[in-house]
Amino acid sequence: MYQTTYHRPSSVDEAAALFAKGSESKYLAGGHTLIPVMKQRLASPSDVIDLSKIKELVGIALSGDALIIKAATTYFDILRSADAKKAIPALVHLVSVLGDPQVRYRGTIGGSIANNDPAADFPAAVVALDATVKTNKRSISADDFFKGLFATALEDGEIITAISFPLPAKAGYSKMRHPASRFALTAVFVTKTKSGDVRAAATGASQNGVMRVPAIESALKANWSPGALDNVRISADGLLTDIHGSSSYRANLIKVMAQRAVTAAG
Amino acid sequence: MPTVKLTVNGRAVSADVEDRTLLVQLLRDNLNLTGTHVGCDTSQCGACVVHIDGQAVKSCTVLAGQASGSNVVTIEGISKGDELHPMQAAFRDNHGLQCGYCTPGMIMSAIDIVNRYGGKLDEDTVRHELEGNICRCTGYHNIVKSVLDAAGRMKVAQAAE
Repeated sequence: MYQTTYHRPSSVDEAAALFAKGSESKYLAGGHTLIPVMKQRLASPSDVIDLSKIKELVGIALSGDALIIKAATTYFDILRSADAKKAIPALVHLVSVLGDPQVRYRGTIGGSIANNDPAADFPAAVVALDATVKTNKRSISADDFFKGLFATALEDGEIITAISFPLPAKAGYSKMRHPASRFALTAVFVTKTKSGDVRAAATGASQNGVMRVPAIESALKANWSPGALDNVRISADGLLTDIHGSSSYRANLIKVMAQRAVTAAG
Repeated sequence: MPTVKLTVNGRAVSADVEDRTLLVQLLRDNLNLTGTHVGCDTSQCGACVVHIDGQAVKSCTVLAGQASGSNVVTIEGISKGDELHPMQAAFRDNHGLQCGYCTPGMIMSAIDIVNRYGGKLDEDTVRHELEGNICRCTGYHNIVKSVLDAAGRMKVAQAAE
């Protein structure tokens, strides 16, 4: 790892000011992506600004028709949150199959979506649940937030403060887990909104990261059941091919995971 | 160099280390606590697991500065003098190790598992919860047996306190 300077601000404003002062600053949350990348010398931030100790960035609240999870809340805290379990059990299930226990103690929801790994779990939930990403500057809708591989709408120095999930009528998540990395080989999150709309998002599948799957959305809107997807064909165009699975394998997985997610959602 | 102050195994320690220092380096190189191992150095194998404020984490993926002000417990800090921690005793009695390289991390993770689940542990849960720890010798069978055995012993030990 190259030399760096570690900072531990106690407020969002202080963190943003520190970020602006550094020549090449990076925010650190759980650190389980950034630190490995720094160890490989693929990243060499001049300043590392730790957001995990900022109290205003931690917490979970049910507010009206939304579950609000602040950005530096860890996976472990989501997993044991009675509010999260009551409001969106599919989200808690997603966390239970994310990483391993040690990762869940450190990793944060804000860190996951800011990083936007193409096989990460949370981007699928944020898109399928039509969540709003709140930052220290503005609110960004899920459809506008994710911009391809490891890219988001965040501007330089902008800090995610919370993610607001509208409570769905039904939601389910199903993941084909890579047994070693525990990332999604392909996973699908499906949601039926309270207004009857359907959203489905796949992660681990597309070359551009998280994606909505219109064919699944329209089939489920007509008939919310796993069987409604039996004759849906997903195109392999633009999907990932690697040593773990071809694009056509992933195309089929999108359908199968969507069916299992609908079953889980009930 | 900045000074990192933390509590390790009940003792207040401070060390002058570069900001890029990992917690596992601070423990091994500065404090000479070499029971915490570095296996993969990529946050996968779990040989480096220690407890930070009671939570099992991979110390190869935490900067020393992130642990500043925390209470850290390593494998060296769990026995009471010559008396092994119930988890250590269970690993010995059940032959829960062969080469022993992964054992410090296995034991620190296993204590955390028992702390979270108490007496409600079954084999499936132990196997699922041990996903973050890799052993290349034993095939896990005796490790799982050790954790389940220790869960009972820890309950008895807690009841006695």
